[in-house]
Amino acid sequence: MEKSQFRLVLVVVHVLSLAPLALLALDFSLGRLGPNPIREIQLRTGSYTLFLLVASLACTPLYTLTGILRILDLRRVLGLYAFGYASLHFVNLAGLDYLFDFKALWADIAEKRYILAGFPAFLILLVLAITSTAGWKRKLGKSWKRVHRLVYLAGVLAVLHYFWQVKVRVPGPVIYGVILAALLLLRLPAAERLAARRLPWRAS
Amino acid sequence: MADEIPTRSEITPEPIYLSRRGFIAAGGAILAGAAITAACRGAAPGSSSGFCADAKSAASKDELGANLTSCDDVVNYNNFYEFSLDKGGIGELAKGFPTSPWTVAVGGLVAKPATLSIEDILTKYPQEERVYRLRCVEAWSMVIPWIGFPLASILNQAQPLAAAKYVRFEAVYDPEDMPGQRAEFLDFPYVEGLRLDEAMNNLTILATGLYGKPLPIQDGAPIRLVVPWKYGFKNIKSIVKIDLVEEMPESSWMKAAPDEYGFYANVNPDVPHPRWSQSTERRIGELARRETLLFNGYGDQVASLYAGMDLKKYF
Repeated sequence: MEKSQFRLVLVVVHVLSLAPLALLALDFSLGRLGPNPIREIQLRTGSYTLFLLVASLACTPLYTLTGILRILDLRRVLGLYAFGYASLHFVNLAGLDYLFDFKALWADIAEKRYILAGFPAFLILLVLAITSTAGWKRKLGKSWKRVHRLVYLAGVLAVLHYFWQVKVRVPGPVIYGVILAALLLLRLPAAERLAARRLPWRAS
Repeated sequence: MADEIPTRSEITPEPIYLSRRGFIAAGGAILAGAAITAACRGAAPGSSSGFCADAKSAASKDELGANLTSCDDVVNYNNFYEFSLDKGGIGELAKGFPTSPWTVAVGGLVAKPATLSIEDILTKYPQEERVYRLRCVEAWSMVIPWIGFPLASILNQAQPLAAAKYVRFEAVYDPEDMPGQRAEFLDFPYVEGLRLDEAMNNLTILATGLYGKPLPIQDGAPIRLVVPWKYGFKNIKSIVKIDLVEEMPESSWMKAAPDEYGFYANVNPDVPHPRWSQSTERRIGELARRETLLFNGYGDQVASLYAGMDLKKYF
């Protein structure tokens, strides 16, 4: 992929990642979030987080399948946007929903299993966002890669969080679960070796 | 639907007498509430604003002093899985759902089984306004001025036999007109149940209207149950069948997730749900959370029904 082409892709990624936030802000200011706006914000930021996180996780497998190296550069920006929406998701809960009454928040949700999945996922994204800079990459050296593999754990926890949150038979969590499982399978060294050997279009 | 049913002024001997002052106060309260939350929500979309245009209620507050939830919110925020999981979209989806003709079959262990048309029900049983808090198991709540009548009056008419211990309710099954039933989010038709003494309690009503008008479809037209001390899902909508039975009926939610939804489902801040704490709630239209009250604040009238019962076990 040419550098100019990639720049275009990057612009599209930024626009698509920011558009839901712009729409959310617009709907909020126009009072279009329905009778329970706090819950609406929570649902929307949650689903954007999950989508962007899975998109970020899809980059390496997509590289495996296509051989287009630049796709790997999208992992960081998609991951950071996922962290951004996850932060809104968390701040909406703690701030708007519980007005930063952490005692009440803790009492209400500490034992909820979806929180036991969701909160650690958020902490992982926080650590990965902080250490996403070139400076931290240098400082951590070889262990940077190991730390950033935690993103897969974050992905699994996020899908679990979603799964434990829904009430009835809806396809959403299952669809995300299947996609995530497929992406994880494509990350197995055997799968990557096979792809490198057998896919003729892959640039070597 | 509204066209088929005689106008409420004809069929309700005591509808809602609104004094001019009361009407202005109610309107004022709604306006004040709207102003406070204007930043968070706006005008209701679509048809419902039409429904609410002439909404009226004799009361502007519940007996604890809390304001009524605005009519727009009551008709635009609904859990009615027979149509959709999208709370804001039910009204639109439910447009044109046939609620006439409509009959409710009262049977099972009774001396006088009967099939009542909705028109019979509206003429036979005096309709009155009841302002009740509605507490959803999802930790949000509303204050709604229902129109309805005690369930006991319909049950007494049917004369329950001595063996009858429970009441089983069944909602309409019409997958052709109800997309949520086609999607099978739950095992439909929706089923709910009450113990006979709960059903006979004076607080328990069959509602046929709200805000002075016949129920909109998204709120359970033409007739639905309202048991204000229990979580909202007990309040089965669009009822077609009421049976007196000997065994405890299995409700749709008990079937879907027995560890999460019990038969009793009494509002209780001390018995958490696996997904939501029940200690606080968001009153729709308010920003800060409220403390949830045991039996949703109706303990005086209903606590005695559960004397000696372990409410954690019988959740």
